[in-house]
Amino acid sequence: MARMLTTGQAINEALAIALESDPDVILLGEDVAGGGARSAEGVEEMGGVLGTTKGLVKRFPERVLDTPISEMGILGTAVGAAATGLRPVAELMFIDFLGVCLDPLLNQAAKLRYMFGGKARVPLTVRTVTGSGMRAAAQHSQSLYWMTAGIPGLKTVIPSNPADAKGLLLAAIRDDDPVIFCEAKGVLMQRGEVPEGDWTVPIGQARIARAGGDVTLVAFGATVAMALQAAEALAKEGTEAEVVDLRSLQPLDEAAILSSLEKTGRLVVVDESTPRCSIASDVAALCVDRGFDFLNAPVKRVTAPHTPVPFAAVLEDAFRPSAEKVIAAVREMG
Amino acid sequence: MQLSRDRLLDAYRKMRMIRCFEEKLQELVLAGKLAGFLHLYAGEEAVAAGVCAQLDARDWVASTHRGHGHCIAKGVDVAGMMAELFGRRTGLCKGKGGSMHIADMDAGMLGANGIVGAGIPLATGAALTAKLKRTGGVGVAFFGDGATNQGQFHESLNMAQLWKLPALYVVENNGWGEFTPTEFVVPVADIAERARSYAMASAIADGNDFFDVYEKAGEAIARARRGEGPTLLECKTYRLSGHYVGDTTVYRTKEEVEEWRQRRDPLDRFERRVVEAGLLAADELRRLDGEVAAELAAAVAAAEAAPLPDPADVTADVYVSG
Repeated sequence: MARMLTTGQAINEALAIALESDPDVILLGEDVAGGGARSAEGVEEMGGVLGTTKGLVKRFPERVLDTPISEMGILGTAVGAAATGLRPVAELMFIDFLGVCLDPLLNQAAKLRYMFGGKARVPLTVRTVTGSGMRAAAQHSQSLYWMTAGIPGLKTVIPSNPADAKGLLLAAIRDDDPVIFCEAKGVLMQRGEVPEGDWTVPIGQARIARAGGDVTLVAFGATVAMALQAAEALAKEGTEAEVVDLRSLQPLDEAAILSSLEKTGRLVVVDESTPRCSIASDVAALCVDRGFDFLNAPVKRVTAPHTPVPFAAVLEDAFRPSAEKVIAAVREMG
Repeated sequence: MQLSRDRLLDAYRKMRMIRCFEEKLQELVLAGKLAGFLHLYAGEEAVAAGVCAQLDARDWVASTHRGHGHCIAKGVDVAGMMAELFGRRTGLCKGKGGSMHIADMDAGMLGANGIVGAGIPLATGAALTAKLKRTGGVGVAFFGDGATNQGQFHESLNMAQLWKLPALYVVENNGWGEFTPTEFVVPVADIAERARSYAMASAIADGNDFFDVYEKAGEAIARARRGEGPTLLECKTYRLSGHYVGDTTVYRTKEEVEEWRQRRDPLDRFERRVVEAGLLAADELRRLDGEVAAELAAAVAAAEAAPLPDPADVTADVYVSG
């Protein structure tokens, strides 16, 4: 039976199932347990800055750990714990904070297995909030998944809806490799049907979110909703768009992208991040390199501009991709 | 002194193996047989051997760029290490790690580490595993004086003390961070003082005295195993070689090096102590010297004869799946 949940609730449910089903799973991060409120009367615990882990410490008191504000310590300790027998889920409150803790991911989690000749496993999941749209400005709004997706040894996933959030998070926690699980701000508050019980979505498989034969819109995370909205508008003009929701950025489901392109001959990729060295550029390169014969028009990229994320609503809205920008890109292709 | 004859012989053998291993590497580099960045542990043998003599199969160590000594002291196979340094398929890491990433998960050795300070949270994580899974083990981080200026050191010690983790932080204060004297970059007289910021237990050991290290590490590890939390153990020692093989060492005087080599060598001091106390005979030690030399010669010969990695394996071992 599926119920309507927000993405945040779906994540909470996945974490509870993971903790319940495996004694080696632990959660650690800033306020994930609830700080001082755990033992006080008349107050409630936060369960993380967005309340995603609320209530879990009561059920699993030994395995839901509040940490100091020490991102490098959190991630480094989680890597060491993962390599020695636990299955940690660390919370990096916002992906922007990679700036103070990249080493444990870049030089440790990603590389231990390779450097040790395949003799180590790092079953670590890092949950982190990505993206713009909450007027959180330049240091709390970035979409840095292109960084983690570009580091060999890490996997990066980004669900676009509550059901995939639950299924991908459970798959990430049970995966024996380090996985960066991106919670796009635009997706966290979204409501949708979520299957009950222990249910996973395989990492590395894209999903056709809408079928269509005229143009392929490749999207992921918060841009899937934009692409679907654009597709509805385009349908009224007689253009049927196919929306491919990548779900996983590394590994990338290249076959799903190329097979949709083969069908439509035209492709737009919609990415919340800035354009240089982006997933959008990567997908465009894939289409030119391995889908050239399918292309009937240039590949279009709809991304943020090459700037930091601005604060003022009018500026941030100008910065973000949107359904209108996707529609404009499709029209531009002719 | 609580160590049995066998344990004393083992400690000496490991220290001698570390010394000879490093001397052999130096020789192999000069002969043009080894490539890469090599950082030698010679002079600091008593630290690795003294601490690891207190450890067992439940325990994990995380090491540094100067990591060969910690491997040998934790019981990692010397032939596998040598093959790794030669970049051979038979190496511990199949030729993918080399000197700065040499590791042996089966021996509880979480790796040398090319990033200064990065082993500290790894050992902290191993201590968290030990605590939550109730293995009775401890996580031990070896690191240099320079690493105590890194954020990873401070963040890890803070968390370990808050969580009363079974961890031991061993700072090998060898007086030099690369080419800079420690006092230029560390404002406290003793690095052990840094534990006070975290209300953590601390101790200072003579890092060139095996017995002092052994005793102080033993107290810290016993405390950790009892669930009473971590310790910062400062071992004052000296790096007899340069920062890396090929370092001209123009930044320090020959007299300084000779003073440590002639008067404070950890192997000489160990031998004097056990022989004078009648615990071991000098000829037993000479016999071990011979065994070590033979084992090393065999390791080098085997490594030189071993097959190179298959170039097709460049893409293997990145992921467990997918």
